[in-house]
Amino acid sequence: MTAVPDSQVLDVLCPMHLMLDARGVIIHAGPTTQKLRPDLVLVGTPFLEAFAVMRPRGITTPALLRAAHHVKLHLEMRGLPPARLKGVLVLDGRGAAIVNLSFGISILDGVRDYALTNADFAATDLAIEMLYLVEAKSAAMEASRMLNLRLQGAKVVAEEQAFTDTLTGLKNRRAMDQGLERLLAASSGFAVMHIDLDYFKAVNDTLGHAAGDHVLQVVAAAMLEETRTSDTVARVGGDEFTVILPDVADLDILERIGRRIIDRIEVPIPFNGAQCKISASIGTVWIQSSKTATRETVLEDADIALYASKNKGRARQTFYTPELRESANSTTAPQVRGSQKN
Amino acid sequence: MHGLIHRSIQNYMCDCYGMDAWREVAARAGVMPPDFEPMLSYEDAVAHAVLEAMGLVLRRPRAEVMEDIGTYLVSHPNTEAVRRLLRFGGTNFEDFLHSLDDLPDRARMAVADLHLPAIELHGHAGGRYSLICNSATTNSGAMKGFGHLMTGVLRVMADDYGALALLDLEEDAQGREIVRIQLVATDYADGRAFQLGGHGT
Repeated sequence: MTAVPDSQVLDVLCPMHLMLDARGVIIHAGPTTQKLRPDLVLVGTPFLEAFAVMRPRGITTPALLRAAHHVKLHLEMRGLPPARLKGVLVLDGRGAAIVNLSFGISILDGVRDYALTNADFAATDLAIEMLYLVEAKSAAMEASRMLNLRLQGAKVVAEEQAFTDTLTGLKNRRAMDQGLERLLAASSGFAVMHIDLDYFKAVNDTLGHAAGDHVLQVVAAAMLEETRTSDTVARVGGDEFTVILPDVADLDILERIGRRIIDRIEVPIPFNGAQCKISASIGTVWIQSSKTATRETVLEDADIALYASKNKGRARQTFYTPELRESANSTTAPQVRGSQKN
Repeated sequence: MHGLIHRSIQNYMCDCYGMDAWREVAARAGVMPPDFEPMLSYEDAVAHAVLEAMGLVLRRPRAEVMEDIGTYLVSHPNTEAVRRLLRFGGTNFEDFLHSLDDLPDRARMAVADLHLPAIELHGHAGGRYSLICNSATTNSGAMKGFGHLMTGVLRVMADDYGALALLDLEEDAQGREIVRIQLVATDYADGRAFQLGGHGT
């Protein structure tokens, strides 16, 4: 025979409880339980009138309710605001029953909807710690989220500001554009070679992109070796390269550099037992301290010369002359292609 | 040391004295760029340098600056989260004082690598308490003056709870800062409202 705890003890140990008599009628409500429905007189109300048992299903009579003792009950308190509660019922051995209640996972809604305070929970209840943790962790998560957003933004900016082509390690178009603008602003003489690989598409199509990437890397290294350190080698498209050569004394130098580049590129490149055979067409424009050239006209001129090389059967270098532009105007391809790019 | 601490110092300077004042402090302390990420870590020495620079720029002693930061942390609208998290510690000021022993653990529970200087609360007769702050031994002493910071925090929190308390700081022979608290009345005034579920509503 154990002593039945009286309601005052229960009010302290589990302030969110109810005592039911043998007929399932509420005979005492803990202070926090009463706080959920301040306008409702709970004492005297049958439990199953104030609460619906959602799980286990089918508990509709006091007898079935009593039979479900020691089982976790999912309850819904009738009235507003809706309260989903967890509960457990124990029998006191003398016909009465005690139902202890908890908010379970809906604790956040619970404290907000019913303006609960620390005093509404038992001193041993971890609800307050849980609320503290949720709030602290949310704040920490938000700070982490903001950091991630800033890092993401910084990454995008860094990529936008990059000057390197990641595949080949050469300069990229943006770096090439800036180098060109600098030379034009200084009104100094320089040359621009526009190099387009011949038969590269065939390598890509027959041996795959890995072979293509390998070829681009080998070609890039060759171009760096065949040019001076003061020259800028940039990859400006899939298989298109631009070399900027400052301080060019005469066309012969350009002729030799172009020849060497084509010769090097024509050396078959082994890849996984296959030989990748490509070549290159070059269009070159030599600017001798021009005051009227712009980045756009220089690149367009180089493009026109490049297409002259292509038309003449590839694997060669062509120097830009105004006559080329006239003949290009009479045909179609180069101008259109040149102006589509930026 | 956790960036949350560095960032709090930065926010205090920005919110109370403006961006220009903060940039001056950051420049003097050699913080480039002049921005701390609250979720990254920084050298202890950086916090120390920033606090020293703040003293110079504001022409105020370190102790005063630290107390002011403490006040800021629990009273400024931008740091409402700190005040709320502290209020979870207890239902009244006395209860709150007893929760201070757990403060470093609570901080670590929220952010695993946030280490606050160890503090110890001792109760005496007649509503007197001492809060012993051992800031010299944590974070290479970069948080020197943590006792002053806690004085600022406690002053505001006493108000927040509506309690009347007298605070005083002294340093013992081992260089530990001890906040002497005389709790005169727990419910002296109404205090500020605190709702458990008030977050984000």
